[in-house]
Amino acid sequence: MAEIVLDKVTKRYPDGALAVSDVDIEIADGEFIILVGPSGCGKSTTLNMIAGLEDITSGELRIGGNRVNERAPKDRDIAMVFQSYALYPHMTVRENMAFPLRLAKVDNATVERKVNDAAEILDLTQHLDRRPANLSGGQRQRVAMGRAIVRSPKAFLMDEPLSNLDAKLRVQMRTSVSRLQKQLGTTMVYVTHDQVEAMTLGDRVVVMRGGVVQQIGAPQYLYDHPSNLFVAGFIGSPSMNFLPATLEDGTLRSSLAELPLTDRIRKLLESADAPREVIMGVRPEHFEDAALLDDASRARGATFTGQVDVLESMGSDKYAYFTLSGEQATSAELAELAADVGSADVPTSGIQLVTRISAASPARLGQSAEIWFDADKVQLFDPSSGRNLTFAGE
Amino acid sequence: MSMQSDMSQSVIGADAVKRSGGRGKVVLSEGKKAERKLGLMLIAPAAIVMVAVTGWPIIYSVWLSLQRFDLRFPEKQAFVGLENYGTVLSNGYWWTAFGVTSLITVVSVVFELVLGMGLALIMHRTLVGRGLVRTVALIPYGIVTVVAAFSWRYAWTDGTGYLASLFGQDQALLTQRVPALAIIILAEVWKTVPFMALLLMAGLALVPEDLLKAAAMDGANGWQRFTKVMIPVMKPAILVALLFRTLDAFRIFDNIFILTSGAQNTSSVSMQTYNNLIKGLNLGIGATMAVLIFITVAIIAFVFVKLFGTAAPGSDQEGRR
Ligand SMILES: Nc1ncnc2c1ncn2[C@@H]1O[C@H](COP(=O)(O)OP(=O)(O)OP(=O)(O)O)[C@@H](O)[C@H]1O
Ligand SMILES: [Mg+2]
Repeated sequence: MAEIVLDKVTKRYPDGALAVSDVDIEIADGEFIILVGPSGCGKSTTLNMIAGLEDITSGELRIGGNRVNERAPKDRDIAMVFQSYALYPHMTVRENMAFPLRLAKVDNATVERKVNDAAEILDLTQHLDRRPANLSGGQRQRVAMGRAIVRSPKAFLMDEPLSNLDAKLRVQMRTSVSRLQKQLGTTMVYVTHDQVEAMTLGDRVVVMRGGVVQQIGAPQYLYDHPSNLFVAGFIGSPSMNFLPATLEDGTLRSSLAELPLTDRIRKLLESADAPREVIMGVRPEHFEDAALLDDASRARGATFTGQVDVLESMGSDKYAYFTLSGEQATSAELAELAADVGSADVPTSGIQLVTRISAASPARLGQSAEIWFDADKVQLFDPSSGRNLTFAGE
Repeated sequence: MSMQSDMSQSVIGADAVKRSGGRGKVVLSEGKKAERKLGLMLIAPAAIVMVAVTGWPIIYSVWLSLQRFDLRFPEKQAFVGLENYGTVLSNGYWWTAFGVTSLITVVSVVFELVLGMGLALIMHRTLVGRGLVRTVALIPYGIVTVVAAFSWRYAWTDGTGYLASLFGQDQALLTQRVPALAIIILAEVWKTVPFMALLLMAGLALVPEDLLKAAAMDGANGWQRFTKVMIPVMKPAILVALLFRTLDAFRIFDNIFILTSGAQNTSSVSMQTYNNLIKGLNLGIGATMAVLIFITVAIIAFVFVKLFGTAAPGSDQEGRR
């Protein structure tokens, strides 16, 4: 076990592509850290550099305090699980799992014991003599994990290990990965582009975009205090609502409502030197059906009235969708997020708004409803730089 | 070359039979029956031509091999049963040629496999100028064997050849048995390494990059990755390459014909057949030798196909993804 430090690590591929740029991450011993971001943002490249499968162009990588830039993968004592599982097709499950130990010239009895232990943990005991080709996706995934844990490495690296599984199995494996990591207490670096995995699994999350680290922090912290538009839009499902807005004389004008700023936000905006035109962000759960609120609560926010486009009842609460008139907020970050989820191709007119309201709400599909939102939970962003103007952290 | 394509077809054919075996008992619907009939009709022209051009000569050779049939004494033609086989198989020259052929086959295929693998790895790994490297590497294979053999002969001819002069004057290497065999093998290897490399490269493409990365993470060094992961995964491709080359090498003719004409006991079984059949005009003995070569080649092919069975190219295909 060991801590892993990336110190201004940069990767430029031979063809000139800058995949990762000046990444600084300090991963504590035993920590479970997640690298997340849209496709092509350099997650795998970062992981491969830690593994030693890709050379580091500049910067330093330290494992357990020692510089390891020049060490071959096998000398770093790190195990990796691949998205494709990369099981050896010509070996049985047992041989696959024993492979790292055999290479390390561990004696037979120990190999036998360790493989059996790992098989026990991963519930693979009855499959030990089968070939990977004859296993299900979930079983193959577990074999890949087994091969990683048998030799008790200093750290685990996982590159989208669950993305080839179907949704149900993925949820199941997610909890077992989490449990396994807690049980072993080994440092783990886990790459995913699934923000739900990112939120639920890690101690801390690293959000990347275009090879640059956007923000590092605990999942809840990133959710509550995103440092920029990109992180705000990436973390959370359904994602934050964004609308163009104008700041004038202590009020925030948008197609939702005209909203007097709270003192807290006013102060933050002053120190951030906010421009006049901003992007306003509101999380779905910061809305509520106004009909359910007393006057005191109403006074802490503003209301708008709209026609319910779609109403999804989740049992515990409801998602109400609205389309507001006006232009959508535009920025480079938002365009990239839309492209990543594929919604860039869906033609939309007006502003799409997702709200999460109480199950008790009388709102009905196709009818108009008065919806309230919390003035103090509004986040404001600079459209040109994407910076969070209401960022209260650090 | 024709033999190669025949073999590839028979290998694929065996595979197909095996696979359809399980389904054979299923009762076919009308539509399926019609489809099958159409399929048979579509392949019929090709199948008939194939049988006519390969089946007939084989049958005719077998029939000839059972006759006393020397064109110099046509009046003595008669059916003699297996007498010709007795004559050939008790003849020292035949066995010498058989030994020489086997030696050339084994030695040249071993060299071709090793060098071909090296070349395949180079071509597979090359990042810059890949096309150029591949083209250059394939040049020897593109040259007509006889032409290449002549250039080797001149190169090794005492007094005038640039390679002969490296070994000093008055050596006449092509007139000594061991050096001549070495030169024949060299010419053979030089010519077919690219072919081997091409087949092996197709096999290398079957080895997923992730598998090698995983092995590197598991602690394997370059050699271990090669022997423990690459070779086992590409075993089917290696066997195909070996099969093609072994069959081809066993029928070696042109290089020997040009380089030594079989002098100093360097002739192969194909040379012997040629000498009896075409030069000696002894159709009976020549046909017998041809049939014996055919049987040997069939045995080699059979052994390889048996090996395929255990390598089971189809069975672990899925695990590759
Ligand atoms: N071998 C390579 N040569 C050149 N450029 C590369 C190479 N591998 C990756 N890249 C580039 O580096 C960038 C980062 O790639 P990387 O594979 O790390 O992305 P990723 O975040 O893992 O994406 P995904 O979620 O799709 O796996 C991409 O723009 C990619 O095109
Ligand atoms: Mg990736």
